[in-house]
Amino acid sequence: MLNALGEPQSLLLLGGTSDIALAIAEKYAASGGLRVVLAARPGPRRTGAAARLTALGHTVEELDFEATDTASHPALVADAARGGDIDVAVVAFGILGDEEEAWRDHDAAVRLAEVNYVGPVSVGTALATQVRQQGHGTIVFLSSVAGERVRRSNFAYGASKAGADGYYLGLGEALREHGGHVLVVRPGFVHTKMSDGREPAPLAVGPGQVADAVVAGVAARKELVWVPAPLRFVMSGLRHVPRPLFRRLPL
Amino acid sequence: MSPLLTGWGRTAPTAATLVEVSPDGVPALLRSHPDRGVIARGLGRSYGDAAQNAGGTVIAPIAGPTTVRDADDGTVLVTAAAGTSLHELMGDLLSRHLFVPVTPGTRYVTVGGALAADIHGKNHHRDGSFGDHVVELELVTPDGRVRTIGPGADADLFWATVGGMGLLGVVTRVTFRALPVESAYVRVHTERVPGLEALLRTMREHDDEFRYSVAWIDTLARGRALGRSVLTRGDHAPAAELTGAAARHPWRAPGDPRVAIPATPPVGLVTRVGVRAFNELWYRRAPRRRVDLQPIPAFFHPLDLVEGWNRLYGRRGLVQYQLVVPDTAEVAVESALRLLSDAGHPSFLAVLKRFGAGNPGLLSFPMPGWTLALDLPGGPALAPLFRALDELVVEAGGRVYLAKDSRLAPATFDRMYDRAEEFRKLRRELDPDGVLRSDLARRLDL
Repeated sequence: MLNALGEPQSLLLLGGTSDIALAIAEKYAASGGLRVVLAARPGPRRTGAAARLTALGHTVEELDFEATDTASHPALVADAARGGDIDVAVVAFGILGDEEEAWRDHDAAVRLAEVNYVGPVSVGTALATQVRQQGHGTIVFLSSVAGERVRRSNFAYGASKAGADGYYLGLGEALREHGGHVLVVRPGFVHTKMSDGREPAPLAVGPGQVADAVVAGVAARKELVWVPAPLRFVMSGLRHVPRPLFRRLPL
Repeated sequence: MSPLLTGWGRTAPTAATLVEVSPDGVPALLRSHPDRGVIARGLGRSYGDAAQNAGGTVIAPIAGPTTVRDADDGTVLVTAAAGTSLHELMGDLLSRHLFVPVTPGTRYVTVGGALAADIHGKNHHRDGSFGDHVVELELVTPDGRVRTIGPGADADLFWATVGGMGLLGVVTRVTFRALPVESAYVRVHTERVPGLEALLRTMREHDDEFRYSVAWIDTLARGRALGRSVLTRGDHAPAAELTGAAARHPWRAPGDPRVAIPATPPVGLVTRVGVRAFNELWYRRAPRRRVDLQPIPAFFHPLDLVEGWNRLYGRRGLVQYQLVVPDTAEVAVESALRLLSDAGHPSFLAVLKRFGAGNPGLLSFPMPGWTLALDLPGGPALAPLFRALDELVVEAGGRVYLAKDSRLAPATFDRMYDRAEEFRKLRRELDPDGVLRSDLARRLDL
């Protein structure tokens, strides 16, 4: 159960080897060991992550997860709940891809949409079933400011995030009466293995800052947060910039 | 799914199906093994998750008649349905020149809740807790059997049910001994005490002279003023002492709340500056020493005057922390106050009280010593303070009160309640399928 201070007893990480997901599990270690389910591709990265989290005091279970294998998702969530209720689930998987290839190459475009949009919708629906049955539970979706106003430079990625962002905001409304809570997190540029080698944008953050925002947002039952927080106002402004002008901005 | 439920602290809401059943309907409900179990709920005054059952079934207060009869030994026995509130009971009983044997800081708790939490009041040092006054109760166990138990009949099950947080069965009715009184007034001795040492000494030496005794501490006071407080002690007033309006209406029943907080403000109104000012004012205006007559609500339930006062804490709600430490660990009271004033979290008046002997209840909270209750605005920032307090309490051989708790971890709970394993064992025997469940039971792995 999530206690009165917003501290969970169990954590499901979908995309469990992502830098942000692991940073979240590390932050929660401060309140004592949790039951952590790492759902990710099998391999040395997952094994290493499990060892790291175990050393922090968590009790770790590993489950095989493939974002595009949507048919397996309902059973995966049920498996994750076998050891007890899922207090907090983090949907942390996604790909950035090559921005130009992502619209010029048909396979790449479809794959990006499948991993970043269809996958989250699929696990979101499976998690919603679990939350309704439990009568409580928090789902955290790692979105992106790229989805808030989709721009030319990475529109395939931005559009997939925009779709999933909207889905999770709506899911939060739908789950309210069932005791559920959904937190959508919109980070700006985050220094992770996914963004490695790219030019950092202004207001760039590390995975730890995103994790801090997640932990605080879960406790406060927030529905939408930006990381860093001032991005909210930046994006609010950008949303209203007229198209001809927006096109000329160096974004 | 019906409404989201929380405790009085308004934290950690969960959804459950709320059902109304008569006492006769309880066995069938339990035998039907509802998905994710059942827990009985009273008026929702425990602060945490004790009367919540996420995804499961929650039983609304079970109504029924109240009967009063004379026992052979000259005492008066009251039998009430589990869902009867102490507020209703007081109205009933005062007209018969009787009072409830134990009342907490609010009248809006049910008899079933009083038993499940084994509640205590300002008279614990003399009279013990609610369970000590119960002679018999009707319990529907998870197999659907209706059992009548008491300290003399199936005593083991009885003392597991007292303080058992509703997890061994559904209590449908309770018979307890009432307290004869001479009026609905209390003769109250109020005095201002400048510091903790004087307070502990006064309470240790003179509490026994009064039936009721409690101290309100300004938790933001530091240094030499640490523990400055207002001590109030009293006894039911004899009819002969009443004057004026009190003499004309010596049996006036407690009324309904005078004002209500209609909505939850988005931001809590309980802030450090506000609480500091309130505590200061409240200490300054208290008399150095005074004896007066107070009606029952003013002495026992001042907060009941404001309906929904918990809403003032805003969306984040409030978190209570009530600890008890044995007499031998008196110094822990000072350490706890120091931790609190150093952390600077704004706690409205903390309540300090001396407990008398405990009872055999497996999870009953009271033990001989000192109990301190703190009300704090909720939020994750409290976590380090509470963890430090937990350590202090465990080291001192004490525990925290489950009716107030909303954040304890199972490992810490086990270090505080040395009979937890006995309770779990009994639960596994009586309830192998987990028919009775609550969010508190899930959280503490009971």
